[in-house]
Amino acid sequence: MPGYILRRLLAAIPVLVIVAVLVFLMLRLTPGDPAAVIAGDNASSEQIALVRNRLGLDQPILAQFTIWAKNLLSGNLGESFFFKKPISELILGRIEPTLSLAFATMLIAICVAIPLGVLAAYKHGSWIDRIVMGFSVLGFSVPVFVIGYMLIYLFAITLGWFPVQGYQPISAGFGGYLQRLVLPSLTLSVIYVALIARMTRASVLEVLNEDYIRTARAKGQVERKILFRHALKNAAVPIVTVVGIGIALLIGGVVVTESVFAIPGLGRLTVDAVLARDYPTIQAVILLFSGIYVGINLLIDLTYSLFDPRIRY
Amino acid sequence: MLSRLKTITAGMLLAGTMLAQAGPAQAETTMKVVMHSDVKIVDPIWTTAYIVRNHGYMIYDTLFSMDEKGEIKPQMVDTYTESPDKLTYKFTLRDGLLWHDGKPVTSEDCIASIKRWSAKDPVGQKLMTFVDAITADDAKSFTVKLKSPTGLLIFGLGKPSSNVPFMMPKRVAETDPNTQISEFIGSGPFVLKQDEWKPGDKIVYTKFKDYKPRAEPASGLAGGKVAKIDRIEWLAVTDQQQAVNALLAGEIDMIEQPAFDLIPLLKDDSNIKLWNYNPLGLQYTMRFNHTQPPFDNPKVRQAVTYALNQKDFLEATVGNPEYYQVCKAMFVCGSPLASEKGMDGLLESNFKKSQELLKEAGYDGKPVVLLHSTDLQSLTNLGPVAKQLLEKGGFKVDMQSSDWQTVVSRRVRKDPIDKGGWNLMQTSWVSADILNPVMAGFFNASCDKAAFGWPCDAEMEKLRDDFAREPDPAKQKAIAEAVQMRWREVVTHVHLGQYNVPIATRKNITGILTAPAPVFWNVEKK
Repeated sequence: MPGYILRRLLAAIPVLVIVAVLVFLMLRLTPGDPAAVIAGDNASSEQIALVRNRLGLDQPILAQFTIWAKNLLSGNLGESFFFKKPISELILGRIEPTLSLAFATMLIAICVAIPLGVLAAYKHGSWIDRIVMGFSVLGFSVPVFVIGYMLIYLFAITLGWFPVQGYQPISAGFGGYLQRLVLPSLTLSVIYVALIARMTRASVLEVLNEDYIRTARAKGQVERKILFRHALKNAAVPIVTVVGIGIALLIGGVVVTESVFAIPGLGRLTVDAVLARDYPTIQAVILLFSGIYVGINLLIDLTYSLFDPRIRY
Repeated sequence: MLSRLKTITAGMLLAGTMLAQAGPAQAETTMKVVMHSDVKIVDPIWTTAYIVRNHGYMIYDTLFSMDEKGEIKPQMVDTYTESPDKLTYKFTLRDGLLWHDGKPVTSEDCIASIKRWSAKDPVGQKLMTFVDAITADDAKSFTVKLKSPTGLLIFGLGKPSSNVPFMMPKRVAETDPNTQISEFIGSGPFVLKQDEWKPGDKIVYTKFKDYKPRAEPASGLAGGKVAKIDRIEWLAVTDQQQAVNALLAGEIDMIEQPAFDLIPLLKDDSNIKLWNYNPLGLQYTMRFNHTQPPFDNPKVRQAVTYALNQKDFLEATVGNPEYYQVCKAMFVCGSPLASEKGMDGLLESNFKKSQELLKEAGYDGKPVVLLHSTDLQSLTNLGPVAKQLLEKGGFKVDMQSSDWQTVVSRRVRKDPIDKGGWNLMQTSWVSADILNPVMAGFFNASCDKAAFGWPCDAEMEKLRDDFAREPDPAKQKAIAEAVQMRWREVVTHVHLGQYNVPIATRKNITGILTAPAPVFWNVEKK
């Protein structure tokens, strides 16, 4: 296992290098000039050139890349063109809301979707199955901002149970933290409940036709144990994959939800940086997302062996 | 079972609410505000962004300020004298002015601040061509010696909008104007809580307890800046609907610029008050690229002034006549230099006249590239209206849509049209930035040295110089009218109408001042 992890980590290096080069080049090739944005409406060409010089954007692309790569290798993500703050500080400031939202969403999704999926598989073809699958289609189809606004209207405006918007750090009180996390997490979880429930249903349904399930039933095992100990465990590999990818997607930016609920997370940082053509911030954030994807994929692969002892590394 | 579940849920919610509300006892007043944008930059000289100007008014002070009537009044300056030849001005600062770190404000600080501002701001740059020397007489007094008289000195020092000549400590003001400052200490009525500033989340200001306001009542940006609220939080809420929901629910106290389509929601709620705080408002503008055909030909530009009309643009963007004004005065209706001289027959969608002018100009029917911004609600509808009116006036229009920052990046390129260049773009100006021919950047016709669009006209430049030299307001108005007449010939840009956006507050907020920028002194939360 340690050898496998080391090999996977080494294999991640070229992936990250390719991502870094591609992101750097693509940003330079897309239309946009941070110097023009910074210089303002009245600026002459001369003033814009001066700003470009201060930002180092008048240097050849190779020179710019070399400086950035050297800083990166020494652990320095650089400084934002606009925020005048180290990018590592910006990211650290945004990571708590994003992680909180991602994990709360996944917690709700797993707690709701897996029992629903198992139940739908068990009651295959019944009205329960049809309701669960109908909900799944609805969950996929309704845009996340519509769900967000509906929940806000019901729980924040009409009932007044939760605040309309905003985020409170955990350090400022757990109650407020939780209270402000409920609606955005519920909003985001709808699509993941739909996804995971469908995946669980399909996997469990497949496993329920296996011989060892029939054997378990023949041995007189109770249905609950058959479903959750025998069927679900053996159906877990694709479910874990979906959950893992879901977490990565959630960390990678849930811009609409963060905007609707005014949550200062990584998604909004990315969008702000893109709109302002803040190259160093965009580069750092995308590289971070790539690292998270690689890391989570590795974790997913390692988890497989927990559920399926036949898988060895 | 259901009853127990309800009890548990209610208990959890109650506990959550109590925990959320728990914290130190709050005797201080806090005001939560959603401004038009998040504050990402805090150097109001480095950038012209209006949100940074608004931030500047929170923590910095100015030597002079514009009052509600548009007159420039002393602010940090206690007294000043003008020599009979109008070449020497002596300024004395008020007693008791302090920086937020407790150190006194000195004349050296002000001189360094004026120099940094004038390196960036168009009015400042023009002003400096008249300045011979600025010297400190003592800790509280300084002298400005001019090479020739100008009306720009006092006006410039009291300039109300971007870039505002905010005063900073000398060590800060000595920062290169093209590099952002890294210390945010002012002498204004509020202090920036640096430890609580989180870009993308909120920026927090607290009352500066040692601020000594002027004795006069507040008027516009002038008079006594009395901070009546202890703590002000500007929250970054990007979704307009959510900002309105939060205001209706009482979670926030104010929205600086509610979207026009959401204003009816606010009007229907008796707990909300709308303030028409900035009657001068903003002006929509169309800019030509004078370096590329066909708009390198003045006749073609003149054709545009006949093809367009302001009402169509204002109806499409603002919609409610309560908040817009058809105004042909280039220097803004309601301002001292407002005049419609030279505007007869223009901006009335006279398509026939436009087509005649295009024929005279020999327009070959090649499509003109109109840069269309799609992500800023206030600008999005301008493009389609312009396309329709111009096509009726005889143009062929290629409207190219993109996000605003792409427009900003493209508009500074002088490339030919087939290599990513452009012909037309539209934007809006805060009226306080275009009150005269020197500060209104689009009148600058100094060719390559002008702002994007690069108009080139020696006569226009001469008139702008004349304006800068003229200290007498009556004569300034005559020159401004001459500029307008000259504009009719060269058409540097076209103004597409005036509009204003009200501030929305909860009913318990009082004291919002009528001013060209939203300010928070004099505001109370009852």
